Amino acid sequence: MSNIYKALQERILVLDGAMGTMLQAYKFTEEDFRGARFKDYPTPLQGNNDLLSITQPAAIKTIHGKYFEAGADIVETNTFSGTTIAMADYQMEDLVYELNYQSAKLAKEVADEYTAKEPHKPRFVAGSVGPTNRTASMSPDVNDPGYRAVTFDELRIAYKQQVEALVDGGVDVFLVETVFDTLNAKAALFAIEEVKEERNMDIPVMLSGTITDASGRTLSGQTAEAFLISVSHIPLLSVGFNCALGANLLQPHLEAIANKTDFAISAHPNAGLPNAFGEYDETPEEMGEQIEEYLKKNLINIIGGCCGTSPEHIRVIANIAAKYKPRVVAG
Amino acid sequence: MSKTNNQEPTTINQTKFMKLSGLEPLILNENSNFINVGERTNVAGSRKFLRLIKEEKFDEALAIARHQVDGGAQIIDINFDDGLIDGKQAMVRFLNLIAAEPDICRVPIMIDSSKWEIIEAGLQVVQGKCVVNSISLKEGEEKFIWEAKQIKRYGAAVIVMAFDEVGQADNYERRIEIAKRSYDVLVNKVGFPSEDIIFDLNIFPVATGMDEHRKNAVDFIEATRWVRQNLENVSVSGGVSNVSFSFRGNDGVREAMHSVFLYHAIQAGMNIGIVNPALLEVYDDIPKDLLEHVEDVILDRREDATERLLDFAETVKGSKKEAGVDLSWRENTLQERITHALVKGIDAFIIDDVEEARVLAAAPIEVIEGNLMAGMNVVGDLFGAGKMFLPQVVKSARVMKKAVGYLNPFIEAEKGDEQRTLGKILMATVKGDVHDIGKNIVSVVLGCNNYEIVDLGVMVPPEKIIETAKKENVDVIGLSGLITPSLDEMVYLAKEMERQNFTVPLLIGGATTSKAHTAVKIDTQYKNAVVHVNDASRAVTVVGDLLNKKSSNEYVAKLKKDYDEFRTKFLKRGKEKAYISIAEARKRKYKIDWEASEIVKPKELGIQTLEQLSLKELVPFIDWSPFFRSWDLHGKFPDILTDAVVGEQATIMYKEAQVMIEEIIANQSLKPKAIFGLFEANSINEDDISVQKKGEEIAIFRTLRQQLSKREGIPNHALADFIAPKETGKTDYMGAFCVAIFGAQELADNYKAKEDDYNAIMAQAIADRFAEAFAEYLHKQIRTKHWGYAADEILTNDDLIKESYKGIRPAPGYPACPDHLEKETIWSLLEVEKQIGVTLTESLAMWPAAAVSGYYFANKEAKYFGLGKITDDQVSDFATRKGITKEKARKWLHPTLAEN
Repeated sequence: MSNIYKALQERILVLDGAMGTMLQAYKFTEEDFRGARFKDYPTPLQGNNDLLSITQPAAIKTIHGKYFEAGADIVETNTFSGTTIAMADYQMEDLVYELNYQSAKLAKEVADEYTAKEPHKPRFVAGSVGPTNRTASMSPDVNDPGYRAVTFDELRIAYKQQVEALVDGGVDVFLVETVFDTLNAKAALFAIEEVKEERNMDIPVMLSGTITDASGRTLSGQTAEAFLISVSHIPLLSVGFNCALGANLLQPHLEAIANKTDFAISAHPNAGLPNAFGEYDETPEEMGEQIEEYLKKNLINIIGGCCGTSPEHIRVIANIAAKYKPRVVAG
Repeated sequence: MSKTNNQEPTTINQTKFMKLSGLEPLILNENSNFINVGERTNVAGSRKFLRLIKEEKFDEALAIARHQVDGGAQIIDINFDDGLIDGKQAMVRFLNLIAAEPDICRVPIMIDSSKWEIIEAGLQVVQGKCVVNSISLKEGEEKFIWEAKQIKRYGAAVIVMAFDEVGQADNYERRIEIAKRSYDVLVNKVGFPSEDIIFDLNIFPVATGMDEHRKNAVDFIEATRWVRQNLENVSVSGGVSNVSFSFRGNDGVREAMHSVFLYHAIQAGMNIGIVNPALLEVYDDIPKDLLEHVEDVILDRREDATERLLDFAETVKGSKKEAGVDLSWRENTLQERITHALVKGIDAFIIDDVEEARVLAAAPIEVIEGNLMAGMNVVGDLFGAGKMFLPQVVKSARVMKKAVGYLNPFIEAEKGDEQRTLGKILMATVKGDVHDIGKNIVSVVLGCNNYEIVDLGVMVPPEKIIETAKKENVDVIGLSGLITPSLDEMVYLAKEMERQNFTVPLLIGGATTSKAHTAVKIDTQYKNAVVHVNDASRAVTVVGDLLNKKSSNEYVAKLKKDYDEFRTKFLKRGKEKAYISIAEARKRKYKIDWEASEIVKPKELGIQTLEQLSLKELVPFIDWSPFFRSWDLHGKFPDILTDAVVGEQATIMYKEAQVMIEEIIANQSLKPKAIFGLFEANSINEDDISVQKKGEEIAIFRTLRQQLSKREGIPNHALADFIAPKETGKTDYMGAFCVAIFGAQELADNYKAKEDDYNAIMAQAIADRFAEAFAEYLHKQIRTKHWGYAADEILTNDDLIKESYKGIRPAPGYPACPDHLEKETIWSLLEVEKQIGVTLTESLAMWPAAAVSGYYFANKEAKYFGLGKITDDQVSDFATRKGITKEKARKWLHPTLAEN
């Protein structure tokens, strides 16, 4: 049993911030993405951030290190798109196992380094399991509402591959995140349960949905509470929301679920809403103030950042989180 | 096993409660009422559904699902188990289609099949937490465990049938034996959450003539009791109509059997079920003799129960609901008769009964405070529990008023105490507005809940509201309005109340009001409580909470906070919309190719009036759906008449409306009048329309243009775009009209004088329907005759409601042209007031209220649109064009300004 449960009782855990935003700063070119190994790969590879775990491992490790340095307890593996479904865009389905395994290993190495340095504050690696680019309960074809671009079984099989590789790479916990279609998430949870049973092991699961507009519903139309009910059949470590909205707009939705579940509550919002240029410009201090509102209301057990957040954001958030007690989790 | 006679509710063993979800949650708790599962989307439950699926008419099959949800089903059961259907494929297809219909998939799905592969296919396409119907030990423990484990992993609740390797449980002992064993396996071996287990303990028919069936109901009920007491957290469900199977064809008896069975089963702990609400009598309404016979059978109380019920059933001809007038209630005690009259809205005997009570009472006031209030409390309770609907309550009030009217002279003669009420409520439709159907309904509902109503009527100036509120020392002020300028009147009144240090709560209602407007514009003006009451059924609870001495402070504080939060959220949301300048919007106008576009010259140019029309001709043009809506009965006509929940009530109202229409036609108590004109016209200066007679300008209509920033290629509409610009050199045409129904006020006043609010409101609602029907009728006459551009169209009334005709008739004050000011132009162009007597109030509402006015556009590309919000530059431009001050323009365009 992971001692993340113990840490969760003691304090508010801090999750890392954005990976994509940090990678942008490196301004990697097509050649950089390819490295020597994929020099002659038939498809363009620039933009395949997950691939950088293989071709630019030093950069990935540096970023993980910066987040731990800033005060994060948990970093996410660089595997948001690490399924055969999402990798089909780059014709890299066959690389899925290696991508996830390497990503998990890199993150774990950095985590172990920091745990050794500060044994009183153990660091954890969360295997990031993204939503894929397809929806199982919505049709992409407006003329045929009954059509589906992906089935539950296709998702379940793809997720299972990713999950097995992440386990082999040494992750401490899974983070099924940015859930915009609850059915996709249920397929991921189903896959994780299968792996747990087959390997006769237990591993905690965090789950984080995303609410896409002010109506307070997921993209697939569920209210926050209906979403919570639909994923509560698996004993989760935490449930919460990330992405889409900034910290202030996320608050009512966190409140909507906080007193309705015995699971821990997590949040990793964006640095505000994107401006007209698609950039996130909420400063660490602005975001920190918003997040302090959550903590004052005792809503949170795990807090971090999503799109547009940097180690500076996480540093401010971690300092604030240290001042507050975690939300009391029953059971 | 005679425990059932002891009607103590079972002490239920429960600490955790089932939670399900569609797009929205469905959460059971200790206060949950019986959960009703819709069964019409089950090929075994509905022949129509079976046929539609066989014919692959999935769209129509979806309509059945929607109908179920609209009718109040909290879960929908979906089943495709039929030899001629590919069940797996149908399940996936249908559930995928449902997922695209938010008004259906907001409720949880019950995936119903005897085949595991169909169940699993269903579980793989639903995002919410479903119920699987069903699994059992029929094929052994191994399969049972495996399926349960899968269901748990898919995240669903499960119905477990009382069935094992030996067979189906058909007595008390077998039911509890199988339930216990299933429970132990699920909880201990599978780790299935106990709150997600639902037992179906097999409802079998009684009164079949076979001795072994006599205990079928009582065994189910007792097994239910045992299960709810001994198996922690589970639910119990079943299909109720089975129990009365042997009385098919005699709905009167079946209805009674269902409600007797449910009454006892629910007491015993049954909390979920498949029940057809159309086949259910209210337990308390079952005639005593029938009740006794039915209970003898259900509870197995006599050897000869079945024979006796069979004999008795001969006398119960068909459904009691269809039977002739049943006067057996006249045999009951005085209080029971008074209560019955109030609950059922029967006024035929109320004077006799009240007189009898008066003679017995020490003082006449006691009849009101005792007998009548006791009856009205029953009405209030039933209404609060959703067992009575608004029109029924209004009928109760009619009886109440009649009774009080009879007693008043006696009370005055005794100079007795004033009648003690719960509070005094001032109701008014604000200055400039004449619409009061909704306000009247709220007044009546509150009135019959023992509030004293001070109704100031329509077009009430704010000074009068303030003055009356002070003089009468009212406890609550309620304001109503239908047209947009009324919103500003309400804001003004809130300011005045604040300035004059009022503390009483302010209620806001009416079609254009909204929680958003109330929160942003009115709530901020007044320190004390402001509540938007969106339907009459909420008014009673809101007022009750506001005036409750113990908790009102807390309630008001919560209310204020709620509105504050709502406001903050709303204001943030509004900022995201972007607008373009009016100059830019004009560049993006809707462009008709005037070289190619067909322009039809009207057959009859000029102005005509129409006063000799018979109402009879308008009847086929009536759109009934809004009529039901005005009574808080929601659903589409004619489906609403057969709706599971409100159908019975809607049918009664519909019949009563027909009767009143016949009377109105016979007495000519309503009179339709219309005026219309067809003119030469050209658009000028982009957004104006110049109306001409023989080339000479006689009026200018100013139209408003959409300014919302849209995607490339999507035009910014104004009505002027549908008329050929002067520069084209072509002569185009447009029309204007006003139709009105006179006499509704007098008719309503007559009813009110007879203490009959119900029919007074009904008369107004009918007049409104006639006005809309008249507008539809006249438009058709214009299209086919007077203008004649669509001389050969053939459209049904349904097509009309769906607006599938060519050309449009937008009305000032409605989405395409929300500016009411242009009514003045119509009035002067057609001389409406002089010719047919329809006047405009200071807020530009029409009087009589049952009236419609607007424009005609004939171009085939003309279509309805919503203006949306506009920005300040268009307001300045509009003021300049119209030659009015900017303040005046801002005042009238206020509700459409983007800055709001």
